Amino acid sequence: MSAKKRGIWVFGDYRNYFQNRVTLQLLSRAQELAKKIDGEVCAVVFGHDVDEYVGEYIAHGAEKIYLTKHPDLKHYSMEIYTFLMERLARRENPEIILIGATAFGREFAPRVAKRLGTGLTADCIGLDINEEGLLVQMAPSFGGNLVAEIVTPERRPQMATVRPGTFQEIPHNYVRTGEVVRTPMPEGTPAERVRLIRSERFPQRGGKLEDAKVVVCGGRGMGSKKKFAKLFELAELLNGEVGATRPVVYAGLAGHDSLVGQAGKQIRPQILFSFGISGAIQHTAACHDARFIIAVNKNPNASMMKQADVAIVADASQICTTLIQELKRRIRS
Amino acid sequence: MLKMVVCMKQVPMASELPWDAATGTLLRNLAEGMINPACRSALEAALRIKAAEGGEITAITMGPPMAEEVLHEAIALGADRGVLLTDRKMAGADTGVTSYTLARAIEKVCPEFDLILCGFATIDSETAQVGPQLTEELAIPGVAYVDEIEVCGRTIRMQRRSDNFLETLEMDLPGLITVTTGVHAPHHVPLGGLQAAFDKADILSLAAEELGLDPERIGVKGSATRILNVYSPTAAKKNLVLTGAPKRIVEQLFERFDDKLGGAIGKDLKTGKRS
Repeated sequence: MSAKKRGIWVFGDYRNYFQNRVTLQLLSRAQELAKKIDGEVCAVVFGHDVDEYVGEYIAHGAEKIYLTKHPDLKHYSMEIYTFLMERLARRENPEIILIGATAFGREFAPRVAKRLGTGLTADCIGLDINEEGLLVQMAPSFGGNLVAEIVTPERRPQMATVRPGTFQEIPHNYVRTGEVVRTPMPEGTPAERVRLIRSERFPQRGGKLEDAKVVVCGGRGMGSKKKFAKLFELAELLNGEVGATRPVVYAGLAGHDSLVGQAGKQIRPQILFSFGISGAIQHTAACHDARFIIAVNKNPNASMMKQADVAIVADASQICTTLIQELKRRIRS
Repeated sequence: MLKMVVCMKQVPMASELPWDAATGTLLRNLAEGMINPACRSALEAALRIKAAEGGEITAITMGPPMAEEVLHEAIALGADRGVLLTDRKMAGADTGVTSYTLARAIEKVCPEFDLILCGFATIDSETAQVGPQLTEELAIPGVAYVDEIEVCGRTIRMQRRSDNFLETLEMDLPGLITVTTGVHAPHHVPLGGLQAAFDKADILSLAAEELGLDPERIGVKGSATRILNVYSPTAAKKNLVLTGAPKRIVEQLFERFDDKLGGAIGKDLKTGKRS
């Protein structure tokens, strides 16, 4: 009788290793899930000079590494990676595949899921195992006002993507050992049809919003572009940065750089001012690490107000103006 | 002359979407519909290619009958024709099923396509999965999250931001791209055009049977994922609620939290109490 453990795979997304910790965060969560289904935590690594990452993934909890090394894999390659992942999954039949929702992962995961004919839940904010042993994928739903618990009842593997910062990585332990299963580049691997002409490191935009001690976030409730602009004045007085919600960014009141949310920046300020924001999950999931939240909204029942330490029931723009006046007075005196 | 297909989705305009608590599905008929912003950008990109290179644009959408509105709007903006995929049997599709349905429809109505354009994601579900999965279904090359496009003969060159990299990519057509909302600022619908688009629009409506779809592979039935449960995540904090005149609220805020605020910004905010 086969005593093969059920594989919980994490895709090794090692590009930007020091900034991008999502693989390590998923390995941490995978270990929790493995306890509930007698699973085996595995990382899948495709690349060329990748031994360093193999070691790191084992140190962070991978029991097994599926490794394919080849000079052609020096750069991330969507079609070849998809081909390799499909073959490997068909050979090993993992129970679960978790992929970090990086730009690459968010394109790679749906393609792998399609090839394998299985389901995929995007941007999970939680993962668990239910009493039937199914992976429960918690995802924002219905415009972010609700969380949906989604399962893939029959098809395998069960697949999910998770945004960076959703789970905590566990500290490394270099004493740990793991098995490395090497698979050579298969014969007949199709050539990549999308040609990479140039790839340059994107100028880092400072990560100011992510590291700010004070963030002033504005949503649709600020009213107009003119009123939204007042948030910049307030932020300056507070030595802070301005963040925005998606509707505001779409309306062109703020740049995409200031988007706080699953599709934008994760913030962890000491103090978060939230003006006229209802609190869709895609937004709140990116600011749950804020230590102290002051929310202003006309609607006392808005989700953001419930999560705030101080909930101010008032017009966001008026409070912003009054705060600016009061701060100026106090700073001057 | 390029044959282009733009996939579009009608999304509710309201942010607070009404939904049916019993079935866990959206009550779309109660919401005002609009073209999903990224789909609008995809159309805009196609219109620019058409203006520069010449071409023909088929706008395609799947949804309830009212989704036809987005096709009229697309035609008013310059698309040549619209295709509506509507059938109760298609309802409740997950992304895998949606891409299967769209692929079969595209093969039927525009088999000689050169370029398929999709929005990178929709604002109501935000999975960003349909474009990449449609690429797989049609077995063509594809690139997601494209910011800039340049067509040169049978080749398309694209630029995108991918994690911390600015990538320039190239592929031969036929191919598929999903575009970001940053790609082009859309222009407004000309009112005269909108009238004409409603008067004499070339819109084809197709149901599952006409597309020859496998009934086992569409709608809720064909979907690999199931929604078990939907809940409101708000775990209310025990918090301080301030109401009243703005001036009084702000005063209270400083009275209670001047230390905390001052500490975070490195300024002494207490001194104001003198006045």
